[in-house]
Amino acid sequence: MALLEVDDLVTRFRTDDGIVKAVSGVTFSLDRGKTLGVVGESGSGKSVTFLTVMGLNDPRHTETTGSVRFDGNEILGLSTSQMRGIRGRRIGMIFQDPMTSLNPVKTIGWQLQEAVLLHNDVTKEEARKRAIDILKEVEIPRADTRVDDYPHQFSGGMRQRVMIAMALINNPEVLIADEPTTALDVTTQAQILRLMTKLQKEHEMAIVMITHDLGVVAELADDVLVMYGGRIVEKSEVHDLFEKPEMPYTWGLLGSLPRLNTTAERLEQIPGQPPSLLRPPRGCAFNPRCPYVFDRCREELPDLRAGAVGEGHTFRCHLADEDRARIWDAKKAALEAAEGSAA
Amino acid sequence: MLYFLIRRFFWAIFLFFCATVITYIIFFVIPSDPASIACGTHCTPQQIVHIRHSLHLDLPIYQQYWLFLWNIIRHQSLGYSYVNGVSVRWIIGQDAPVTASLVFGGAVFWLAISIPIGILSALRPRSILDRFGMIFVLIGISAPAVWIGLILAYVIGFKLGWTPIAGYCNLIPGSGVAGSCSGPAQWAYHMILPWLTFMFLFAALYVRLIRATVMETMSEDYVRTARAKGAPGQRVLVQHVLRNSMLPVVTILGMDIGLALGGAVFTETVFQLRGLGSELILSANRDDLPVVVGVVVFACIAVIVFNFIVDVAYAWLDPRIRLD
Amino acid sequence: MNELLVVEGLQKYFPVTRGLIFQKEIAQVKAVDGVSFMLEQGETLGVVGESGCGKSTMARCVARLLEPTGGKITFDGRDITHLNRSDMRAVRRDMMMVFQDPYASLNARKRVGAIVGEPLEVHGIGSDQDRKRRVQELLEIVGLNPEHYNRFPHEFSGGQRQRIGIARALVINPKLVICDEPVSALDVSVQAQILNLLKDLQQDFDLTYVFIAHDLNVVRHVSDRVMVMYLGKPVETGSKEELYAAPKHPYSGALLSAVPIADPTLGRARRQVVLTGDVPSPLNPPAACHFHPRCPRFVDGRCNVDEPLLTPAPGSTDHAYACHFPLERWPMDEDDFRRSPSESVASTAE
Repeated sequence: MALLEVDDLVTRFRTDDGIVKAVSGVTFSLDRGKTLGVVGESGSGKSVTFLTVMGLNDPRHTETTGSVRFDGNEILGLSTSQMRGIRGRRIGMIFQDPMTSLNPVKTIGWQLQEAVLLHNDVTKEEARKRAIDILKEVEIPRADTRVDDYPHQFSGGMRQRVMIAMALINNPEVLIADEPTTALDVTTQAQILRLMTKLQKEHEMAIVMITHDLGVVAELADDVLVMYGGRIVEKSEVHDLFEKPEMPYTWGLLGSLPRLNTTAERLEQIPGQPPSLLRPPRGCAFNPRCPYVFDRCREELPDLRAGAVGEGHTFRCHLADEDRARIWDAKKAALEAAEGSAA
Repeated sequence: MLYFLIRRFFWAIFLFFCATVITYIIFFVIPSDPASIACGTHCTPQQIVHIRHSLHLDLPIYQQYWLFLWNIIRHQSLGYSYVNGVSVRWIIGQDAPVTASLVFGGAVFWLAISIPIGILSALRPRSILDRFGMIFVLIGISAPAVWIGLILAYVIGFKLGWTPIAGYCNLIPGSGVAGSCSGPAQWAYHMILPWLTFMFLFAALYVRLIRATVMETMSEDYVRTARAKGAPGQRVLVQHVLRNSMLPVVTILGMDIGLALGGAVFTETVFQLRGLGSELILSANRDDLPVVVGVVVFACIAVIVFNFIVDVAYAWLDPRIRLD
Repeated sequence: MNELLVVEGLQKYFPVTRGLIFQKEIAQVKAVDGVSFMLEQGETLGVVGESGCGKSTMARCVARLLEPTGGKITFDGRDITHLNRSDMRAVRRDMMMVFQDPYASLNARKRVGAIVGEPLEVHGIGSDQDRKRRVQELLEIVGLNPEHYNRFPHEFSGGQRQRIGIARALVINPKLVICDEPVSALDVSVQAQILNLLKDLQQDFDLTYVFIAHDLNVVRHVSDRVMVMYLGKPVETGSKEELYAAPKHPYSGALLSAVPIADPTLGRARRQVVLTGDVPSPLNPPAACHFHPRCPRFVDGRCNVDEPLLTPAPGSTDHAYACHFPLERWPMDEDDFRRSPSESVASTAE
């Protein structure tokens, strides 16, 4: 049985402008110890999906349907007190901006201790000891003195380590990381990603890595969800996704990446911009921007279906299998040609 | 910290000079003849000249100012009233406790009301409580203190007889003019209506302020982090939201108390409290320069002291601020 | 030699003051500390570095939005380093900037037509009619609908706003466009549109770019030559082919190594070089080579004593680096990187 199972999750926000359907029917599962990469741009619903899983949306403005099962138990719609023991204990979450994600008027030691004391019946001294230990584990130098420092006394990379420490201090089974390195320098990103991989092994954790960066996904994920307009548009094991992507949005994403190893003069671009979730397009959400669009795309939403590889690789597209294979083969050849000439 | 204190001290001196010089210049510019006012209606021109001389009013304005400074340095005196010759220091000594009672008591009241209402409004926006709170704010901002004071005095003091209509009692038992009331109970009893009147406007403003800061703080990233850690709502509110949202309130409170010392004049007038505000009006009307300057000096000191306290409090509350 | 922009020894120091009444300077933040480069007409110089390296400050100094503390800037043959305001005005017709934040760099209260037309107005070019026509021409060129002349910025998406910013930069036909992280705030799919647009415009209008970014992939795509900066100093410069194929400075190598590769097989096969520690504060930079505390190839007594100067690589006209123990080959994995280096003698003939 998978550790986390999400079934047809829908999240709607009531706003002044109307109802925003941020997540429109998302289904996936996460196994123990595995890494799930979730890729998407603004409005894809990638962050909201996991905020919903954690129950962190504002209940006054949010409507959610569907099912979220953690270790066999339904956790969707539970109140904060009912989520005790899960949120912050068995599932940890870290966010994008380390500069604003820590309380500026409390020491990091206090904040780490809070994480411990909320879920464990231990003394303050014991909690403090655990705080120092986890700070050492995330490679913060001089942890025993720095534990009494305030967040503003740490750099961005250090603060993100503190955030990771805070999420990991209770040894969760799942770590949800929402764009954890987007706001960091690339060398700091490399440090943080390496740290996360190390900690994953040591703690035997599953990780959900939400990002817009396909490179990060390629290096870390076992399985990938590509999200667009509040839905999963492609779901696959990571090597399969990059070898044989099955739908135009994924092709566009891969083609539009500037890479280190090609000489392509022009990048493949996806015209237009990500869709409005207030008034989403009819049919396939990608149809206004898709270079291969035809009438059916504007009428009917494609279901998630399996392709040639099998049930492990699903996608949403009305194009026939032969057409898709042909288009991708052509693109792939072009990419390889450009790479080849750079060598 | 030392640098901070020294810099503050220099600013205080500078402010003192500015305020007092400006006051003197104003008196120089406006047409006034304190001598004839002091003397009364039945004075002869010679008497007026004599009084004018004894009050040094025939000297050039800068010499008068110099005398004023000299008085402070040499005799620690603020001079004497033109009107009745009473020591300005004594007058202020009598009036300051009244104003202080009004302002500090009022502040305690308005905070006690505005903090809970502000927080609850922020937690439940657009609820009935929030809407009532906003109506209260609207009334508080729009209704003049004089009007509120008179209504309260009439309804509660006169018609219902629950509290006295006017007058002040000294806090310390047995002090003050013989025969007047004194003691904490009497003091509070007489101050209830003035406090309610005075705090109305400020409570309204602070409800609005606190509602805004709490709402803003609640949408901060670190509050989301706290929830993600599994902290229950109550804890998030108290430990994470409150202290952060109170920071702007502390700053503004310091400013307001400084200003309130002046604005208390309306309330003082309605309830016949002889405080600094009403003293200032009275003396200005009688061209009684020493008293006016005395109140100005006192106000300067009060503003400086309060700003200093606010800065220190802020630095204590927010570890990102270091005074140096 | 058709050098449009020559920068020599550019320095920008920000004073740190302290004092009772009179503020006295007690330290300096050396945001830019000796940057030199040459840019030919039609070329693109990519400037790469992480936070605190000074690239944005350098761009602002070149555009004279900040006053340089030292050094010399020659634009189109003219020394503009300390030009006064009115003289600089004429120069600004040829030098424009595109900024990072498409939400903050457009005045939300002005209509798009007014925003794009402002440079024309400032320099008194053309009548109202002419200007409107020119603005609409530019809107079309950058891929927007000229009918949207009267709309406000908030009615556009991030990518579209960035196009407006580009239109504004090009409306007076500048020679040089300084782009300060123009695509960092955009979605990936939109990023490609803007990069393609910038390249097309460069061809069509013979533009010269200084392109600042932190994303190495993006820089490689648009640049002809690249300069890597660290803590206010350039650590390596060269043509993009040379620098990306064979970086010499350990920091450049680490930067390249840190970039995630969008290919799971390739990406996981290599061993990244991961630096330790954070970028130090520019208030107190390390002695001699600023990079030495984090450098896996650090040699005590040399790297923290003698400051390495930018030396040309043997056998190359363009490629220069500032390191006593440059990388011998590339790619290198982490172990190779750390192996104790032997000092390369710059004058050795290959």
